[in-house]
Amino acid sequence: MHILDAREVSKQFGGVKAIEGVSFRIGINSITSIIGPNGAGKTTLFNCLTGITPPSAGQIHFKGKDISALPPHRITHLGIARTFQNIRLFPEMTVIENVMVAQHCRIRYTLPGAIIRSGAFRSREAAIREKAYEFLELANLEAYAESHAGELPYGSQRRLEIARALATEPEILLLDEPTAGMNPSETRDVMSLIRKVQQLGKTIILIEHDMHLVMGISDWIVVLDHGVKIAEGTPVQVKNDPLVIEAYLGKETAH
Amino acid sequence: MILPAYLNTKIAKTVIAALLGAIMLLPFKGVLSSLILFAAIASVLTVISLSGKIRVPSAFSTIPAVIKRNKTCIALSLAGILAACPLVLNNYFIDVLIMAGIYSILAIGLNVIVGFTGLLNLGFAAFYACGAYTYALLNTKIGLGFWVCLPVSALLTSCAGFLLAVPALRLRGDYLAIVTLGFGEITRLILNNWDSLTHGPNGITGIEAPTIAGISLRDLHYYYYIVFGILAVSLLIIRRVEMSRFGRAWKAIKENEIAASTIGINTTKYKLFAFAFGSFWAGIAGMLFAAKMQFVSPESFTFMESVLILSMVILGGLGNTYGAVLGAFLLVMLPEALREMQLYRMLILGMGLVLLMRFRPQGLLGVK
Repeated sequence: MHILDAREVSKQFGGVKAIEGVSFRIGINSITSIIGPNGAGKTTLFNCLTGITPPSAGQIHFKGKDISALPPHRITHLGIARTFQNIRLFPEMTVIENVMVAQHCRIRYTLPGAIIRSGAFRSREAAIREKAYEFLELANLEAYAESHAGELPYGSQRRLEIARALATEPEILLLDEPTAGMNPSETRDVMSLIRKVQQLGKTIILIEHDMHLVMGISDWIVVLDHGVKIAEGTPVQVKNDPLVIEAYLGKETAH
Repeated sequence: MILPAYLNTKIAKTVIAALLGAIMLLPFKGVLSSLILFAAIASVLTVISLSGKIRVPSAFSTIPAVIKRNKTCIALSLAGILAACPLVLNNYFIDVLIMAGIYSILAIGLNVIVGFTGLLNLGFAAFYACGAYTYALLNTKIGLGFWVCLPVSALLTSCAGFLLAVPALRLRGDYLAIVTLGFGEITRLILNNWDSLTHGPNGITGIEAPTIAGISLRDLHYYYYIVFGILAVSLLIIRRVEMSRFGRAWKAIKENEIAASTIGINTTKYKLFAFAFGSFWAGIAGMLFAAKMQFVSPESFTFMESVLILSMVILGGLGNTYGAVLGAFLLVMLPEALREMQLYRMLILGMGLVLLMRFRPQGLLGVK
């Protein structure tokens, strides 16, 4: 059962082909890693999947619906959330507000309702606050709820970004280098968080450079190089693929 | 902010707190009374700090925290003082206070656009003019009364904000600011040149003051209560919207637009909404202004007016609704207080703003 199906996705910036004809399928409730050397087009691919920069060609089907031309907020509504390589929190808002604002697309009350503090307003605000706390607990951040997001330590900011993405109640979670710049203990925290998220029934797509993490956690791996998919398969298959070894280590020359 | 050591001593804090109080009184009672108040605050704070029971609040760094702790108390005493003002003050002071009230409504409206959503608007006076002229024309040409026109001109101004935002929001940052500046100038020039409708630079005269149950509220002492009543309602509404999903969406857009869009916020829609909602209050303020002066002309709505309103928002602390009110009061009252200094007063005011931005760039009530 596939939840996401990318077909021949290409993205061009002027004359530069950032990704070209990339196709892959993502199984439901799986963890897929997208790997490749710097500049391979991994983040561009994420931007295409989430509508930040729509693909120049190709289609992306999410649960059978083509989402390749939709704006980011529509895609989030449908059930795809993401984090960013360079953390993009709302630093001046509190930690709990960061998570509450992400439930924006899951609640409805009217402007007059907010002004007169109607019953609907109060019950829904209370509900999202409670839910926000649950997501913070999942990410071990409940102690920081009232601090400003910008004041959190780096590793916690990464986890807050994941909590915020989860608060949009996605079916697929895209994580762009969630352990970049982390020490081994912070990396372990993030890994266990990713596993917890998988147990919640979510599908995860991961961009990651830490090969130890990638090989340990992934069900499937897609390898990009210079904007083209050069391999995909299970961790064992990919580890032994000559094209992958070449892309990472260079070609073996005759002595 | 970390204060230099010499400013962080108890004595310095006491002096600063006393100075702030004294400056506030200056426009009302003149130099002598201010000096007395200064001495009074300083001695009371000194006694308190010597008795060691209460820490003297650092006048700069803990203003938001102090206000948060004593919210109800401060709100009630302020309301009491403001309600009592017309009983003791003469027309001149009431006039100044009414202008401060009108500018407060303008500033909290602009704060929605610039402070919450982070969209720089340099043409806010155009919306102020829109509200004022809507009432002026509806009243003098068709004879509609104040209370009928209030929602009409607020909604019309809101529409104007929306219509400007539709094309303008394709632009970002500085470019958006230039477009709003252009819109402000265009509006003023239209008002100045459409003689048959607006009487050009001569303006429109004979605008009626509001009435309640057939009694005209022309007397400034009565009008004062209308302005401050409307200000109170505006504050309540804006604060409540700020603390709802709408306010959170605006703040998210300001802090990181891309992240806001990926958590499901339709950024274009909310930016349009911010423009329309912020302009709404300019419409109301414009009406209050027209009804107070009973006269409007284009020269009340120049670019300098837009800059003044923006200064109020920045002075009080971008994104802080109460800060915008404080900024409006200070920037309306300080020039009056410094009237004795004649030509030097704008110099002193300007210097004050420079110093404030140097030592407290986030504004008086800003949180950063």
